[in-house]
Amino acid sequence: MKISRRKTLAAALSLAIVGLAGCGQKEASKSASAAASAPASTAAAPAAAEPLKVAFVYVGPVGDAGWTYAHDVGRKAVETKFGDKVKTSFVENVPESAADAERVIRDLANQGNKVIFGTTFGYMEAMLKVAKDFPDVKFEHATGYKTAENLAQYDVRTYEGAYLAGIAAGKMSKSGKLGVVASLPIPEVLRNINSFTLGARSVNPKATTKVVWVNKWFDPGKEREAATTLIGQGVDVLMQNTDSAAVVQTAEEKGVYAFGWDSDMSKFGAKAHLAASVIDWGVYYTKRVDEVLNKTWKSETTWWGLKENMIDLKAFNASLSDEVKKLIADKRQGVIDGTGPIWKGPIKDNTGKEVLGKDAVADDKFLHDIKFYVEGVEGKVPG
Amino acid sequence: MENFAALIAASINSGTPLLIAALGLLINERAGVLNLGAEGMMLVAAITGFAIAHQTHMPWLGFVAGAIAGMLMATLFAWLALVLVTNQVATGLALSIFGAGLSAFIGQSFVGQSLPAGPHGIPLLSDIPFLGKALFDQHMAVYFGLLLCGGIIWFLYRSRAGLVLRAVGESPESAHALGYPVRKIRYLALLFSGACCGIAGAYLSVVYTPMWVEGLVAGRGWIALALTTFATWRPARVLLGALLFGSVTILQFHFQAIGIAIPSEILSMLPYLATIIVLVLISRNPDWIRLNMPASLGKPFRPGSA
Repeated sequence: MKISRRKTLAAALSLAIVGLAGCGQKEASKSASAAASAPASTAAAPAAAEPLKVAFVYVGPVGDAGWTYAHDVGRKAVETKFGDKVKTSFVENVPESAADAERVIRDLANQGNKVIFGTTFGYMEAMLKVAKDFPDVKFEHATGYKTAENLAQYDVRTYEGAYLAGIAAGKMSKSGKLGVVASLPIPEVLRNINSFTLGARSVNPKATTKVVWVNKWFDPGKEREAATTLIGQGVDVLMQNTDSAAVVQTAEEKGVYAFGWDSDMSKFGAKAHLAASVIDWGVYYTKRVDEVLNKTWKSETTWWGLKENMIDLKAFNASLSDEVKKLIADKRQGVIDGTGPIWKGPIKDNTGKEVLGKDAVADDKFLHDIKFYVEGVEGKVPG
Repeated sequence: MENFAALIAASINSGTPLLIAALGLLINERAGVLNLGAEGMMLVAAITGFAIAHQTHMPWLGFVAGAIAGMLMATLFAWLALVLVTNQVATGLALSIFGAGLSAFIGQSFVGQSLPAGPHGIPLLSDIPFLGKALFDQHMAVYFGLLLCGGIIWFLYRSRAGLVLRAVGESPESAHALGYPVRKIRYLALLFSGACCGIAGAYLSVVYTPMWVEGLVAGRGWIALALTTFATWRPARVLLGALLFGSVTILQFHFQAIGIAIPSEILSMLPYLATIIVLVLISRNPDWIRLNMPASLGKPFRPGSA
């Protein structure tokens, strides 16, 4: 076989293309301090000590308009509050696979970051491992359960937002059929679906919820297909426990209602968007960074909600009547002062078995272990 | 009944990008070129179409831009595979991976942006009960796909140019000996295929999920490739297969919503499984292969080297 020069050239070119494509992997570590609103940051340089380096690791893109976006708003709150005392940076689109997450987190620790926030469940093992090797770095992991000397856990009671959304849904639904586009069947998501249903049934005892699982946190195509399916089944109010705004967008097109999840998504569907369950991570981030600056930081487990202003139902649609808004405000107050807990017995699962006895109030352990659907949710929990 | 109409409508909607892309791929495969770069072409076209539609607020321009982007990607492939006579399989795979990276790079500033939904449906016809909702309440691209299918049937089996194209795919040496410009015909076939994949990609980012995220095409390019084989290179069967594959993706959600417990992962395997079964069947029956599979598929052609 004769190998011509042309052929060699062609082979080299194909290789080059493959090589180039390999570089396409995205790991945009952007120092975003410039974006923050700290105008005088350059002037104060001589007197101030070295700024505290704080890093954030995100599972999605900051532009997802949902989960990661909300974390990034929290990061900016830290920048705004502490100005040139801190220097924050983030890495977006870091997969939950152990190898990728560990590499990125280890890199960040090596670069001299003193506080590292990992913002998804899947980073837990990686953070635990890296935390052992960097005892003087404070690690903060969201939505997990393992802690260490220098690894704290934090989470937000998203289900409280889901409950309030459920009240609006129960009031606004004409068919009484609600739908949830859900990600993965883990306790957190089941808790949200159930709380949404409890909220709806507290104002409309006949309301039922259909659930479609897309098995992904972020896949707008699937989220949209799932939403379309639910609407096709007669659902007229949707909620989603996934990270994109695709469900709101679909609802707007088909003329049904939906909610913003994690952040205000009204720009994706002004008519459809009833309200948004908005997370304010900044409340927690500023507190913890403050503690590190004051050297009072301790490893602990934090689970904040309505009471601490970490979550709230906001951005109400003009179509919600004052009566509904008042009802939501009253129930919200009840959750905050403990007079109207969400998870108060008697509560049955959807096979009719009682899971909480009369007047029993669920504790955090109960809430962390939810593996069932409450009465009113249709179908069976997968897996 | 309402449910059923919605199911049909959703299946057609999700089958359309598969149909348009697979019809394009069918043409280049009929000309004897195997382009495994469909996924990459669709991704690049999807972001290009999205970017243009987003900036100009003209969705149709997004389709045009998508088609052009697809044709550029096809030109790159044609230069490598036809001019430099590289291995088509390796070049196609490289094009897919390259397209994934390139689209992610171009799309960086568009992540999380969205487009408003355009008007759809055919006036009057979409008001017919049941049929209207199932068939006539769709984006224009859906009907374009159907017209394209009819056009290709006519072209392949009723026109002289179609005959030449098939001859090039069956026996490029003979076509060359008869004086047909084999490489030029193959290049035109690839360009057409690039435009189709481009339109399919733009459909995904402009109409189907009017937003941009990395990897938006999510394997549909590969399904379109499988579809041409599944359809044994016949356009009418491509249409059938596209509806079938489209309904499978929708069924996984409908089954959940009505409470039938089939793991959704199994349903998402089905298109590929069906393709393997068809492949097994057609290779057991030599007549079917001889009748339908372009004899020179994937084999490089060098004029004058035979």
